[in-house]
Amino acid sequence: MKILVCISKAPDTTSKIAFTEGNSKFDENGVQFIVNPYDEWYALVRALELKENNEGHVTIITVGSAGDDAIIRKALAIGADEAVRIDTDPKDAYYTAMQIAAYAKENSFDLILTGKETINYNGSQVGGMLAAGLDLPFVSLATKLDVSGTSLTVEREIVGGVQVIEVEAPAVISCAKGMAEQRIPNMRGIMAARKKPLNVMPAADIKGLTEFVSYTMPGEKSAVKMIDPENMDELVALLHSEAKVI
Amino acid sequence: MILVYINSTNGISKASFEAVTYARKLGDVIALSNGTLSSEELAQLGTYGASKVMVDRSVNGDDQQQVTRMIAQAASSNGSNTVVFSHDLYGKSIAPMLSVSMQAGLVSGAISLPDSEGCIDVNVFSGKAIGKVKVSSSSKIISLLPNSLPPEEIASPCPVEEFSSQVGDAAIKVISTKKPEGEIPLPEAERVVSAGRGLKGPENWGMVEDLAKTLGAATACSRPVADIGWRPHHEHVGQTGVAIRPDLYIAIGISGAIQHLAGVNGSKVIVVVNTDPEAPFFKAADYGVIGDAFDVVPRLNEAIQKFKAS
Repeated sequence: MKILVCISKAPDTTSKIAFTEGNSKFDENGVQFIVNPYDEWYALVRALELKENNEGHVTIITVGSAGDDAIIRKALAIGADEAVRIDTDPKDAYYTAMQIAAYAKENSFDLILTGKETINYNGSQVGGMLAAGLDLPFVSLATKLDVSGTSLTVEREIVGGVQVIEVEAPAVISCAKGMAEQRIPNMRGIMAARKKPLNVMPAADIKGLTEFVSYTMPGEKSAVKMIDPENMDELVALLHSEAKVI
Repeated sequence: MILVYINSTNGISKASFEAVTYARKLGDVIALSNGTLSSEELAQLGTYGASKVMVDRSVNGDDQQQVTRMIAQAASSNGSNTVVFSHDLYGKSIAPMLSVSMQAGLVSGAISLPDSEGCIDVNVFSGKAIGKVKVSSSSKIISLLPNSLPPEEIASPCPVEEFSSQVGDAAIKVISTKKPEGEIPLPEAERVVSAGRGLKGPENWGMVEDLAKTLGAATACSRPVADIGWRPHHEHVGQTGVAIRPDLYIAIGISGAIQHLAGVNGSKVIVVVNTDPEAPFFKAADYGVIGDAFDVVPRLNEAIQKFKAS
């Protein structure tokens, strides 16, 4: 089974969030970048487990500049077989998804996995756009995935519950918590990653549809009001009359 | 003409009424739905400003590619170049596919109306910043973050018309669906009671569930608690679990690590109960109680019961 896993670069969850160039660009200064956790912990690790159970080949793909090679090597160290980097700035989700779609069309895959969203833009866009661009079925928010021949059995979150569905490969699946457990790369993996192929590809000619023009920080929260633990009647009164939530 | 997609498989949610309210501020609104909900219930969308509801009863909604095709056909037959979704599980899945088929820029998780330049605010960096998005295509799709604007009842029920679309065969076959009875689904809950390692063990969750029941709230937990198996994974709120935006979030025995805050910082009001006065969560809270959960939680439950009885 040929599996493509889409990964994205994201700032470490504890990074300070700041902006430059008139608040129009994320300030990368001093920021530690990681593989977006949904892409790494759930999509990539499940792909590796499927490969270990059924034989297969796992390719990771990202859209970005040479600065992304560090996180690509990390994903290779966890166990992916090879990597592809589309050498361009990921302008928006549509642009990114169409770059990946262009590559995937040329190199047919049986299964394409993404994380459910990135932790920086939280858009949940690339997976669905990629599926539409390739005219493949899309299953979002998968919490389990099993493969039997060309048949995929997927458990997914739905409003108010979970659903088990079947779909024929090839398909695009976005992965959420429950798919797999985080893996820490070992020394052998890190050494092996250096020798694995990282193919840098030119970008396809595509126009984005959206643009982030500026960023602001949310207003400061007002100071916390401390309540005497003996006096829960006061808390209830405040939640009713001041906060108006009960 | 603005088209609003309404998922009505679980009835019409508050988030759907919000989406119609939002769309009405952009222009005349047609609501589009699928499935088996009665026309009387669908007509309620008129109360929030829809001029009519179109419904394709042959599309069951399990295959989101089919739903995407239905919406694209409805948009083209009505000449709509703007489609509004609620940014719930369905919107997150369908809106990106529709974006490609309509070649329409997608603003996902909108929290504001377009400003004078047409830019729309969205939360980015897990709620730590707000980004302004500009759509460059002539058509656009907006998915509205639930709880971003209050639904407004301004008119009366509207006509409901049958709509028939060509959606092709379903690629997705449903094997089983499990919806826990009586539980309030976490992403839509208006109130959430959440607990962490401070509770010391899964056997102590009774008081959390009691408090949630009194409040009509959903229950949630922190990541360590889900990881050690005290609570199911679907209850984990935080950066890598579920992100929620309830009106009221009560956090019991949760220290408030930055990854947890990223999943709950959209809550309108946060109450934190913790024995440790230095717990970072107090900085993000509206109301704080320093005390032992085993004393405070039953007392709070009693106080709410007393309030409700009065």
